[in-house]
Amino acid sequence: MGGELKFVQGNEACVKAALYAGLDFFAGYPITPSTEIAELMAARLPRKGGTFMQMEDEIASICAIIGASLTGRKVMTATSGPGFSLMQEGLGYAIMAEIPCVIVDVQRGGPSTGLPTKVSQGDVNQARWGVHGDHAIVALTASNHQDIFSITVDAFNFSETYRTPVILLFDEVIAHMRERLKVPEPGEIALVERLKTSVKEGVDYHPYLQREDGRLPMSDFGGVHRYNVTGLFHDMWGFPSENPTVVHELLRHLTDKIDNHVEKMTRYREYFIEDAEMLLISYGSSARSALHLVTDRRQHGESVGLLELQTLWPFPSALVREKTRNARYVVVVEMNMGQVLQSVKASVERPERVFLANRVDGVLITPADIRNILRLIQGKGV
Amino acid sequence: MVFSGSGGQGVITAAIILAEAAVLHENLIAVQSQSYGPEARGGATRSDVIIADSPIHFPKVLQPNVLVCLTQQSYANYFSLLRPGGLLVTDSRYVKLGKKVDARQVELPMYETVMDKIGRPIVFNICMLGAVIGLTKLVRPESIMKVLETQIPPSFLDINRQALDLGLKLSEGLGD
Repeated sequence: MGGELKFVQGNEACVKAALYAGLDFFAGYPITPSTEIAELMAARLPRKGGTFMQMEDEIASICAIIGASLTGRKVMTATSGPGFSLMQEGLGYAIMAEIPCVIVDVQRGGPSTGLPTKVSQGDVNQARWGVHGDHAIVALTASNHQDIFSITVDAFNFSETYRTPVILLFDEVIAHMRERLKVPEPGEIALVERLKTSVKEGVDYHPYLQREDGRLPMSDFGGVHRYNVTGLFHDMWGFPSENPTVVHELLRHLTDKIDNHVEKMTRYREYFIEDAEMLLISYGSSARSALHLVTDRRQHGESVGLLELQTLWPFPSALVREKTRNARYVVVVEMNMGQVLQSVKASVERPERVFLANRVDGVLITPADIRNILRLIQGKGV
Repeated sequence: MVFSGSGGQGVITAAIILAEAAVLHENLIAVQSQSYGPEARGGATRSDVIIADSPIHFPKVLQPNVLVCLTQQSYANYFSLLRPGGLLVTDSRYVKLGKKVDARQVELPMYETVMDKIGRPIVFNICMLGAVIGLTKLVRPESIMKVLETQIPPSFLDINRQALDLGLKLSEGLGD
């Protein structure tokens, strides 16, 4: 990549990527460890002709971006665990009404106000199931600033392509640390723009009538078409419906449009996987510790590898099953009580060989922590 | 390396400037992080910097090769972390060295020199940076200045340059 070299925090890499992706509306309520995102947006977004709004809370923040998105804007908000909890209602609405939006959750220790300034990866399952009712969701993460940039652009692209909220699940360590970022040139990463209806003014527009390819072209709300948007089950006009066929088809549509495109949304990296007897699976900042360990152990001739997941939801089960096939042991490295562990166990053959290497005390898991657990699994003691 | 001191001394700023200089002007890899929360207020402030010529994965410093302490408390908190054979840099006005550690200990009158020659405590951290790069040769002074040029108002550049030079001079003859 040929762009400008920068030395920035992860939060700033996310901001730069959102602006690159064409963000033009941000509403948020600052909260550690995501505050720098709101701070930088307030400074930079208006200069690009966009709108920054500081809201009274996180409920208002997500509602503001939903409304702005309907009017044709590319939108984002950023928060951390406590704010993400408040956003669940709006998130469900955005899923139901199919509103493209990006929600950044920079994870800190929880539950409740928890550990405001310390690292955690405890919101993985909240991202998946924090919203009530059956639904599908997209959640992405990254372990370095170059990947934060590209995955943030992916988040905007997926949100437009699939008309869905996309969650960026970062964590305190990756958000606050500084490292290099080569900002891609304009055009270097392809952008997906809003699919707008070709229905003319004065002609009936059906906001929830699928095209042949299943996609739903949008019309800027408040523009030339009048239509209804609701969190209730609705028909192709957007009006509430309890018709069992309509309900059945809409719920199927909401889950299928994500679940049928897992492969297209799967982002990952792999290191030394081919002959790995001991395969680590990790993501976010804990993947940095895992990669440190793997690189070091390889130099000592140990056959250890790493599968780094960047797409957490929809969970890339087929990928995980394939990559773990030849490993004797699979060790999930994460900073929670085993949230991705559950999905890995559900995906692989012989789940009894899957172990957890975790740390939940607000401190970044170290390569030595992981190494000790590997030794225990191998029966070598620490 | 670990930079430590108390809030307001600019140790975190100094750490960022050094790491940024390494990345933008020396073609090196660097990662900077800092402690947040209660431990970052009042007591001891700490910032970790790793500089390397190959990719850095684990971003925190467990055992620094270089430890800078600008207060007695930060010295008390962190000196035991220092890697055997490492380099400990302290300010002689703020830190009284306690028991000997298995490291090269360099006590420099950085604060006094800055107050004496410039009279502005805000460039204390840049003087410290001058001493550190003088001792370690990690980055060139010009690279530090290039970063400063993009981050501070032109009217302050001169005293920063003076402070950097003072630090370099204090460390002269003590380098590796």
